[in-house]
Amino acid sequence: MAEIVELREAVAELVGDGDSVAMEGFTHLIPFAAGHEIVRQGRRDLELIRMTPDLVYDQMLGMGCARRLVFSYGGNPGVGSLHRFRDAIEHGWPVPVEIEEHSHAGMANRYAAGAAHLPFGLLRGYAGTDLTKHTNVKTVTCPFTGEELAAVPALHPDVAIVHAQEADRRGNVQLWGIPGVQKEAVLSAARSLVTVERLVDELVPRPGGIVLPGWVIDAIAVAPRGAHPSYAHDLTDRDNDFYQQWDIISRDRDDFRAWMDEHVLDAEVTA
Amino acid sequence: MSTSATAGEVQTIVAARLLAGAPSCFIGVGGPSTAAILARAIVNPDLVLVYESGTIGAKPYRIPLSIGDGELAATADFVVPVVEMFNYWIQPGRIDMAFLGAAQIDREGSLNTTVIGDYDAPKTRLPGAGGAPEIATGCDRVMVVAPHAKRTFVERLDFLTTRAAPEAVITDLGVLAPDPEAGGELALTHIHPGVTVDAVRDATGWELRVAADLRTTEPPTDEELSALRELVAR
Repeated sequence: MAEIVELREAVAELVGDGDSVAMEGFTHLIPFAAGHEIVRQGRRDLELIRMTPDLVYDQMLGMGCARRLVFSYGGNPGVGSLHRFRDAIEHGWPVPVEIEEHSHAGMANRYAAGAAHLPFGLLRGYAGTDLTKHTNVKTVTCPFTGEELAAVPALHPDVAIVHAQEADRRGNVQLWGIPGVQKEAVLSAARSLVTVERLVDELVPRPGGIVLPGWVIDAIAVAPRGAHPSYAHDLTDRDNDFYQQWDIISRDRDDFRAWMDEHVLDAEVTA
Repeated sequence: MSTSATAGEVQTIVAARLLAGAPSCFIGVGGPSTAAILARAIVNPDLVLVYESGTIGAKPYRIPLSIGDGELAATADFVVPVVEMFNYWIQPGRIDMAFLGAAQIDREGSLNTTVIGDYDAPKTRLPGAGGAPEIATGCDRVMVVAPHAKRTFVERLDFLTTRAAPEAVITDLGVLAPDPEAGGELALTHIHPGVTVDAVRDATGWELRVAADLRTTEPPTDEELSALRELVAR
């Protein structure tokens, strides 16, 4: 059953050095507050898993939290490069990072297989690409039709972290808007943490709403505006200006570290 | 007004025109998004825009920065999880057309969005595959929108991310399409107004074939150009 705790406590309890950590949210509801807390607690050697690393993993890679990255699209959407991601892969700064990359369809099916406790996900994919030489994908033959299909190994992260609009006091969570792959991430992981914009007495069902019952979640932490510069549909707006500014802030190692010092390491923790 | 259209504006308008009659279009980040939104304004008001964030039937008023901006979800006919998007909508071919971009494209229309240089010691690490490999094989029709330059139109890809086999590649200089008489190799079929064949050849990294019936693109009309400019200014 989910416990409602402070973010600091939740991260200390659930995320350890060397863990595989999946923080999901497809453009929307990205758990930045939790990522910043992981940085503040100085976690190291993580295996970071995320379809779209986005700014949150750019920051965590730049702070040296990870030894490995599993992903499918490492760009700043609509802006360009993720400079810390590039620096980590191209130059091993601040620490070398091993990568495993997939297509979105492959990653989505890896999560779905993990959530279903199946050994692999199945899709028509990767055919004729150079990805097959560099990543973990194999071919299986359909026992019914003989068709050759791509098989991708199930994801089983040690911990999944997602952000949602709200939780009730018993720890049930509801999110709506772009639902991404958060449900699959939580259900594929051994442990899970959900940060929320707010606590409510009772969840009121929303159109397209996804409910995660408290009994599949370990901890809930209240983190208002905890998705910024991403957003929480109906509650906050995506800060597109910040996504553009990040291109400048993150280009230079010293500027990046100064920004992280001021806005993350020395920031007053409110949640 | 049409005489003052920039090369980029001509490219976007030509791409938008090619969406006339398409029931649905899957949209990659950047240039393809502008063209597809413009298509709804000038040639195909019923075009269903599909973004890989899960928004199907989005009707954005402004050009979104990302494929997951709030306006896309707020205006969509419906919004689906990522697993459903790829497994139920893209893989079975329920989306007609895909509009993709690329850092490198070769004469067969295959795309690289992964790496420049060696994979294990990259000169430039690019974002990676995203949805493109399965979008390109799942959609019936693929079009590519890319800037025409030697570093983009290359003899050999540094990495083959997506086997796209596009029916058209729309650049800021012209349009390329597969030539059935040359085994489907991309050939120049249209040049934009004011562009010479030599200029296109100079910007292509392989010995570019030119279609026997090479045509000049219809210049943008005043209506098309003002629709595009109004959209960009929003």
